Amino acid sequence: MSESGGAGPTDADAPRGKVRVFLVDDHHLFLSGVRAELGDAVEVVGDADEVGAAIELIGERVPDVVLVDVHMPDGGGQAVIEAIGRSHPQVRFLALSVSDAAEDVIGVIRAGARGYVTKTISGLELTDAVARVAGGDAVFSPRLAGFVLDAFAADPGAAGGAVPTFDPELDQLTPREREVLRLIARGYAYKEVARELSISVKTVESHVSAVLRKLQLSSRHQLTRWASERRLL
Amino acid sequence: MGGGVAGGLSARFGIDANLIRFAFVLVAIGAGTGLAAYVVAWLVVPAEGSTTSIGRRALKDRRTVALAFAFVTALVAVLLVFGALGLTFAANLVWPVSITLGGLVLVWRGSDDEERAHLSELMGRAPLIGSPERRTRRSTIGRVLVGAVLVVVGLGDLVASSHPLLNTIKAVLAANVVIVGFLVIFGPWWLRLARDLAVERRERVRNEERANMAATVHDSVLQTLALIQRAAGDHGEVTRLARAQERELRAWLFEGRAPGSFHRDVSTVSQAVTVIEGDVEASHRVAVDSVTVGDCELTTELRALLGAGREATVNAAKWSGASSVSLFVEVEPTQVSIFVRDRGVGFDPDAVDGDRQGIAESIRARMQRHGGRATIRSAPDQGTEVELVMPRTGAGRE
Repeated sequence: MSESGGAGPTDADAPRGKVRVFLVDDHHLFLSGVRAELGDAVEVVGDADEVGAAIELIGERVPDVVLVDVHMPDGGGQAVIEAIGRSHPQVRFLALSVSDAAEDVIGVIRAGARGYVTKTISGLELTDAVARVAGGDAVFSPRLAGFVLDAFAADPGAAGGAVPTFDPELDQLTPREREVLRLIARGYAYKEVARELSISVKTVESHVSAVLRKLQLSSRHQLTRWASERRLL
Repeated sequence: MGGGVAGGLSARFGIDANLIRFAFVLVAIGAGTGLAAYVVAWLVVPAEGSTTSIGRRALKDRRTVALAFAFVTALVAVLLVFGALGLTFAANLVWPVSITLGGLVLVWRGSDDEERAHLSELMGRAPLIGSPERRTRRSTIGRVLVGAVLVVVGLGDLVASSHPLLNTIKAVLAANVVIVGFLVIFGPWWLRLARDLAVERRERVRNEERANMAATVHDSVLQTLALIQRAAGDHGEVTRLARAQERELRAWLFEGRAPGSFHRDVSTVSQAVTVIEGDVEASHRVAVDSVTVGDCELTTELRALLGAGREATVNAAKWSGASSVSLFVEVEPTQVSIFVRDRGVGFDPDAVDGDRQGIAESIRARMQRHGGRATIRSAPDQGTEVELVMPRTGAGRE
């Protein structure tokens, strides 16, 4: 149990104790692999290999972070995120996907995941990503940053859709956010982004969180299209 | 025509429905026996899109069978009365028609027995006629007897016909009766044969697909797994193999490109980036993480840009010592930019190591020739980033 009671819904500091992590994946080999890789860095409070059991156990144990596989029968990670998001909004999700194709990822992000990593990630990076999500930040891979730049392309005409319902607050990226995303897409770590733009890492994190929020809430049609395609599958 | 027989037959045998209709009309002109054949076919052949024939459904109800018999006996009686009244044409029709109808009612009855025997196991398929092994002996004997009678009667008619005027009509009638007789005896067998052929063909197609799939998986995935086992101690090599295989499998499963036929005729920026990623990973033991934003058709300038980008990526893979290289390509309305970044050893761009400078110059010169520019940022132990920017001439302003 984390003494900081890290289940608080605020985006304040990361819990100082070990982050309590729950794993959801229908591939047992992968489950045990992730367990081994996370090692002592976090406290794994349980795992589940199907959507139903996952929802039940997560509700019971209320972990800080749930590592959830995107592709599973019965609705996949998205179903788990949506169900828990309603009952336990303080639980944070990091999606694991075998691929980082946009169709796979946009759906879980919009369902509420704080980020995603591919299954090829190293143990160290995974631990880092878990800590970041536990702290309320977003985890953006270069490719996800690329998708967002693509989806929020500057000229809506290129999107070719009907007249977009433009909410400048949600449907557009600020030039700064765009810069941050570009650097992430170029392979820069948050720290390197901060150095490059002469801003603090905290500022980088807040930019990325803002982008994540837009990604989740924007009604830009590229995003809704991805999301709806995902739901159809 | 009426029962959807032509459609059903054409769906089964792949013959044009209109041809079948035409054939039915032709036979129908042959003094009515064609009509009988049509009715029989109607009962036996499932309509297009349906899985059970009318005959099967009708025969589940014994009343229907009884009704059919009643109808046929009534017809025989009527025709006999006509004959007695001296209506010779009608009298001539008596035996062929009544025997045809009566006989064919028996046929479906025979067919019904075996169809029922098969019903449970053939559910979901569309069996026309069951296999003879399952057919009850009684129904087979009955069927053959009826057919034989029809053939004999027809042949008898053919021989007995002597009236010159009626000869033609009688001959046609008799010939039809013979045909129907053969149909009665062999029809189910022919239909079963046709069905078996169709099933076999479907099975063969499926097997071929499976064989193709197996061959493809063998040539790609299994080979790679074997290589991975042999290279188990070599982390970099295992990663390289796994990544290359993943890319190939993905292209096959989701883009329909067969493994091995990784296409070289790239026409867009994103395709070219995929090729660079694949090639560099394959020839150097380095992971290339590529991100492409936007896309457009390749022009001469953009081909030069991507050529330079490829060179920069190869350089990073060769010299940096880093295990991965980031490749970021962004297509914007007015320009396309490429960033190649590694976290490797880096170098001091001013204190030139001749070899590397040469490469850098070749990248720079290439970009400048086409109106673009190249910027190289590097410092010892800081990694290297190569920035390549090429303006889009004309094409960008739609």
